[in-house]
Amino acid sequence: MKRAGFTTTWLPILLLLPQLSIIAIFFYWPAAHALHSSFYLQDPFGFGSTFVGLDNYSDLLGNTEYRRIAWFTVIFTVLVTFLSLSLALLLAVKADKVIRGARSYRTLLMWVYAVAPPVAGFIGLIMFNQSWGPLTRLIESFGHEFLLGVNYNDTAFAMVLVSVWKQVPVNFIFFLSGLQSIPKSVREAALIDNPSASGRFWDVIFPLLAPTGFFLLIINITYALFDTFGVVDTLVKGEPGNNPMTLVYKVYVDGFRGNDLGGSSAQSVVLMVLVLALTVFQFRLVERRIHYT
Amino acid sequence: MSDTTPAALAPAATAGTRKRRRIRASDIFDHAVLIAGSALMLIPLLMVFQMATVPDVEVIKTGPTFTIGDQLDDNFNKAMFQASGFSGENTGSRMLLNSFILGIGFAVGKIVIGMMAAYAIVYFRLRFATLAFWVIFTTLLLPLEVRILPSYEVVQKLGMLNTYQGLIIPLIASATATFFFRQYFRSIPEELVEAARIDGAGPVKFFIDILVPLSRTMIAAMFIIMFVYGWNQYLWPTMITTEEDMFTLVRGIKQITQVMEGNRIPEYGRANLLAIIAIIPPVFVVIFFQSWFVKGLMESDK
Amino acid sequence: MAQVSLNNIRKVYPNGVEAVTPSSFHIQDGEFVVLVGPSGCGKSTLLRMIAGLEDITDGTLKIGEREVNDTDPAHRDIAMVFQNYALYPHMTVRKNIAYGLKNRKTPADEIARKVAEASALLNLDEYLDRKPSQLSGGQRQRVAMGRAIVRDPALFLFDEPLSNLDAKLRNQMRIEIKALQRRLGVTSIYVTHDQVEAMTMADRIIVMNAGKIEQIGTPEEVYHRPASTFVASFMGAPPMNLLSAQARDGSVHYGDTVVTGCNGTEGQVTLGIRPEDILPDDNGPLAIHVDIIEELGAHRLLHGSIGDDRLTMHVGKDTPVSTGPVSVSVKPGAASLFHHQTGQRL
Repeated sequence: MKRAGFTTTWLPILLLLPQLSIIAIFFYWPAAHALHSSFYLQDPFGFGSTFVGLDNYSDLLGNTEYRRIAWFTVIFTVLVTFLSLSLALLLAVKADKVIRGARSYRTLLMWVYAVAPPVAGFIGLIMFNQSWGPLTRLIESFGHEFLLGVNYNDTAFAMVLVSVWKQVPVNFIFFLSGLQSIPKSVREAALIDNPSASGRFWDVIFPLLAPTGFFLLIINITYALFDTFGVVDTLVKGEPGNNPMTLVYKVYVDGFRGNDLGGSSAQSVVLMVLVLALTVFQFRLVERRIHYT
Repeated sequence: MSDTTPAALAPAATAGTRKRRRIRASDIFDHAVLIAGSALMLIPLLMVFQMATVPDVEVIKTGPTFTIGDQLDDNFNKAMFQASGFSGENTGSRMLLNSFILGIGFAVGKIVIGMMAAYAIVYFRLRFATLAFWVIFTTLLLPLEVRILPSYEVVQKLGMLNTYQGLIIPLIASATATFFFRQYFRSIPEELVEAARIDGAGPVKFFIDILVPLSRTMIAAMFIIMFVYGWNQYLWPTMITTEEDMFTLVRGIKQITQVMEGNRIPEYGRANLLAIIAIIPPVFVVIFFQSWFVKGLMESDK
Repeated sequence: MAQVSLNNIRKVYPNGVEAVTPSSFHIQDGEFVVLVGPSGCGKSTLLRMIAGLEDITDGTLKIGEREVNDTDPAHRDIAMVFQNYALYPHMTVRKNIAYGLKNRKTPADEIARKVAEASALLNLDEYLDRKPSQLSGGQRQRVAMGRAIVRDPALFLFDEPLSNLDAKLRNQMRIEIKALQRRLGVTSIYVTHDQVEAMTMADRIIVMNAGKIEQIGTPEEVYHRPASTFVASFMGAPPMNLLSAQARDGSVHYGDTVVTGCNGTEGQVTLGIRPEDILPDDNGPLAIHVDIIEELGAHRLLHGSIGDDRLTMHVGKDTPVSTGPVSVSVKPGAASLFHHQTGQRL
């Protein structure tokens, strides 16, 4: 609030009304509903529901398939986050160094940001086409027959690759802008103090980028958990079968296709808790960020 | 540099020769890394484009090649004006229109609602401002994906399936724009509102005459981010729109892949071209409004 | 044009901090009053209450004959110049100046005439179609002035308007603002923490400290007859020398030396002497040990010690000086006496 705010009361209420009503109807109601139905067992034909307490949750945790999907999601998230962050950092450091063509490189490396995840998945389908896909052929030349949608590991590999391809640009933009905001005087001081370029990077530049990196870590985890839905859905061609999938995709499959509303809601609640934990973690990091500024 | 004066040219020239002499291995390596990165980003798209220019039969035989064919017009016509589904209404042009409606509607809705709420929170002495703040900002915690099913049920109950409002409004129910504008408004010097009050501007006038014009750059930056975000929505449109005339390009991508899986000769040219059409508007916006886009991204993702 | 009167105006913030203790004063029509004090002394809060940007907790405020406690800032018939000028960055100079008139539904031709007048007065003619970002600090300052004067307000309020300018420009603008105010004859209240600005511009100075008015008086009164040790040390650079002395038998003794006379005071007092009232005098009763000489061209400042106290004296450029012991006397009648505990003038 500003020191000298306006004192009218009806106007701010009017201004807040659209936002508040939209989030009441489309945020709080559904969120409460998810929490509520996670304690109920829905009749598959729509004839009411029974209170089952924590059964949905214990079913979930006892379910080997769910545990397998959760485990896949963890590995998938770690791989996507680590690979896209390190590739983006490498590219950003180089793009920050070169003088000639810096703008063109920046454009060429960031446009993929605007490609929708399912479209990225579609491009993945083309690249991994069974009979003529260029990547299928490339892998074939190493003696492995790549079977997208059939071989579990092959499909997982394609998912990671496409997700990383889609995510590198965002990280690149943030790292580059982080690098460019490091004061010139600090770089010059480092230049005088440390003769080795890699020494300067790890001792001075990298620590100064750490706040950006922590922040991106959260962004990337969120991306791998939620935004890759489109990638997964396209790559499995809408047929989950025995293919790898992420937790969010499982919520969709169970709730929307399998009509297991209670189980799906319990999964939603598990994800909510996960996101809340991440957010708390993020807030603690934000406090650390302030130290540098 | 041909019209520079000799005096200005001299130091530039020496700097130039010095640089030329000092091309080092590390410079070459830097460029090699960047070129490789750029190529990895670009080549898949070029392949998709190449396949859209040749007959489908050829694609089935050879996959992507280096020859640009003459089928682009044909494929473009098929993609834009021929429908694949049962109802015959999901032509490329229809989906393109829907994508624009979703992208622009979402961006405009989000900005208008967000600016209004942020203005109320920052510039008014409101007893429940803090409460409103928390009610709104809690929404930042839970993405739509985790409450997707109950949200679907709500929209269903309200009879908003297969409508533009059902598509757009629930997506607006998160506070990113509000948060962004709140941060920005707080950075505007307080004296400005004080000067305006002395100049006789009431709250409405101040908003329209001063705050909105002052936020132009911010609005542009936000618009770009939100447009791309809205355009690229997939899960929500997949659930909400079941009628083919409501499909967006990104939503329709599944249909496109199923076209490829059909019994007849897969229509690769058409599918590839539709994918490219789905990419072009957001990529265009990001590239041509790059500085606004980067600014928006930096500010909004905090 | 109007008189302004404050009657027991008080400000308490919601967190319980009393920023301004009940304060009263009256400003004559056309008078230029400067509120001066260190940062956080409540002077800006007082000004903002007069402007209507801050609620008044207690007391009554009158501008002209009208009580305006609950009047909107826009309806108080005032104009204000802000520290950072608060120009609207997206409007041209012309629009910035005209905005207040436009909101008052002034006819367009009258707006044009008034803007032209103001811009001629302030030498802004060639900048009218520029944006504030294309102007220098001094020019922005003038635009802020222009915005204030086109409105023909009853009262000008200035909130440290010169503090963002460099020293040279500040001296120049000081004179310009003063001359403008003389010409227009508009009652003005000017807030600053710079005692030089206060001394040079004011008809009357109000010195504030810790939310309280310490003294109200002409620059001369405030300088020569400070009401408290706070005013004595705040106004004047270098500040007044304050020494601890004894009053007995109708005179003030510093050590064994009689410095000046006094009436009816006995015991310990604080003795205040301006640096220029200490005169080099070979037969003077006091001996100062000078250790630093500050050369300022037109004059010099000698810093030294006397007993356990530090002392500064001001001498003309023609007076020969050297470090070491110097005998001095105090100009008759120039010393001020303060209560040694409360610091109030005796």
